[in-house]
Amino acid sequence: MTPKHQITAGFLPLLDSALLVVAREKGFAAELGIDLALVRERSWATIRDRLAVSHFDVAHILAPMPIACNLGLTAPAPRMVVPMAMGLGGNAVTVSAGLWREMSDWGARADLDARSSGQALRQVIDHRRDERLRFAVVHPYSGHNYELRYWFSANGIDPDRDVEIGILPPPDMADALTANLIDGYCAGEPWNTLGVLHNDAHLATVKAAIWKSSPEKVLGVNSRWADGHPEALPALIQALYKASLWCGDSRNHPELADLMARPAYVGRPAESLLPALTGLLHTGGGEVLDVKDFFVPNAKAATFPWKSHALWFYTQMVRWGQVRHTAEHQKIAGDSYRPDIYRSALKAMGVALPAASAKVEGALRVETPVGSSGALTLGPDGFFDGGLFDPDDVDGYIASQTRG
Amino acid sequence: MVNPPSKPGDLNVLVIDENSIRASIIEVGLREAGYDNVTIIDDMNGLARRIMDINPDIIVIDIENPNRDMLESIFQISRVVKRPIAMFVDKSDEASIEAAVEAGVSAYIVDGLKQERVRPILKMAISRFNAYSRLTRELEETRGELENRKLIDRAKGLLMRSRGLSEDEAYALLRRTAMNQNRKIVEIAQSLITAASLLDPGTST
Repeated sequence: MTPKHQITAGFLPLLDSALLVVAREKGFAAELGIDLALVRERSWATIRDRLAVSHFDVAHILAPMPIACNLGLTAPAPRMVVPMAMGLGGNAVTVSAGLWREMSDWGARADLDARSSGQALRQVIDHRRDERLRFAVVHPYSGHNYELRYWFSANGIDPDRDVEIGILPPPDMADALTANLIDGYCAGEPWNTLGVLHNDAHLATVKAAIWKSSPEKVLGVNSRWADGHPEALPALIQALYKASLWCGDSRNHPELADLMARPAYVGRPAESLLPALTGLLHTGGGEVLDVKDFFVPNAKAATFPWKSHALWFYTQMVRWGQVRHTAEHQKIAGDSYRPDIYRSALKAMGVALPAASAKVEGALRVETPVGSSGALTLGPDGFFDGGLFDPDDVDGYIASQTRG
Repeated sequence: MVNPPSKPGDLNVLVIDENSIRASIIEVGLREAGYDNVTIIDDMNGLARRIMDINPDIIVIDIENPNRDMLESIFQISRVVKRPIAMFVDKSDEASIEAAVEAGVSAYIVDGLKQERVRPILKMAISRFNAYSRLTRELEETRGELENRKLIDRAKGLLMRSRGLSEDEAYALLRRTAMNQNRKIVEIAQSLITAASLLDPGTST
């Protein structure tokens, strides 16, 4: 069959680019008439720029980045839309062997608990006499930056005053840790696992412990392309949804790890990619821990672009001084996510869809069935400090936020 | 806000490129065009510190550099005097930005600097990047041609041995076959070598 749609997608070498890779390599794209070309990049800035000048039609991108683009925070750019998410969770906070020893002295446990590890870190910082601890994240407009800062703040650590947070490319982070340039980092996989296995690092906590079922990467689309390709975009969303089902099936995990390990994709050994898929994480010192919902590619509506996710990222941009809170900014942020496009693309496939476009984040303490069909369950989606984010009360949430 | 300098040569230009050969090609071009204040960084160690010291008006960086995310975050730090912003898809000049991304150039420009003062620098960087890519491509093609010649020589050798032809006759046969099949001589040579090795693993080696 001659493909009906030619689509070029940019991605970074990370495990959560799996939906795009699987859509291409397992034939889900081809089945839907898509010739999907994948182009690997080395920075999020370049993903954004190539999307803006239409070298890429779509891209694997940090969830807050299209919002930052639409708010004009990076540069004047065409509007970006987010019609789909690429899974939930997948990040970890990794610290050096030295910092972990100090944290252990203050009661940090190897269970990745965000409260006890955060309190231990706070004790380390309170008793430190020399310079501030240095942490690295991948980008200022990233889930990594916001979840690390959330974890710090909720444990009484001011992310700007008490520590230093810099930006590094993920493949350089573990080496920077070994070279003592940083004391810890928050990154996606396989970069935490590799740090633990090869650089004597230790996991302090994980994204799934800071905020369960939380957003990470999304499908970023140049709105000009979306408007001009009303058939190609729904077809791509369907192909990526099928890919997410395949990725979520545990029987496929070994094959998926092999696929992602190829030089054209992540280019690191399959053993470093498998832990994030199985949830059996190397935490350091030879320990392995079973982490529930560490990375969720399909279940719990993991690919649904919740407007409440977009708005939460917006509240964090406001919290850390990246943007001023106005009603107009809030609207731009919320409108960047397009659950309507997602719904209309997947309705025909009979996928169980959430009826609402936003939810109170942190409200589901246990796994909860939603919808009449019962085919969909959501949550738990709690913040570790018990916080609640009500997308109908953005003003109140912003007013209640402190720095640490 | 610091006022941008007014004379062309006063502009403080920083070129960041891990490819030191390409970086110096751009530097030479800029100096010839009268930009005296050009700094090159080809080693990413301590990048943030050095940018703050240099305090550039314009930064040209190759788009493949993985440190662009870090670079952009440096500009958000308030203690930097001048805060360059990414130059891309400014609606007034979309074509030139696309040409830049196409060539592999990205640029950051300090706020307040006029477009017409930036354009010659960007144009220079684009043309030097393109010239460099052309050079490396030609080099690769030359390498490829050498490989092709070796294949054709081996195919000629095969034909000379198996059909008792002279070297010229063997080449003429290859060329005729290629023309008849509308393919390249090197493709015919390659399939001949493959076929020979399949039929008799001893012949082609």
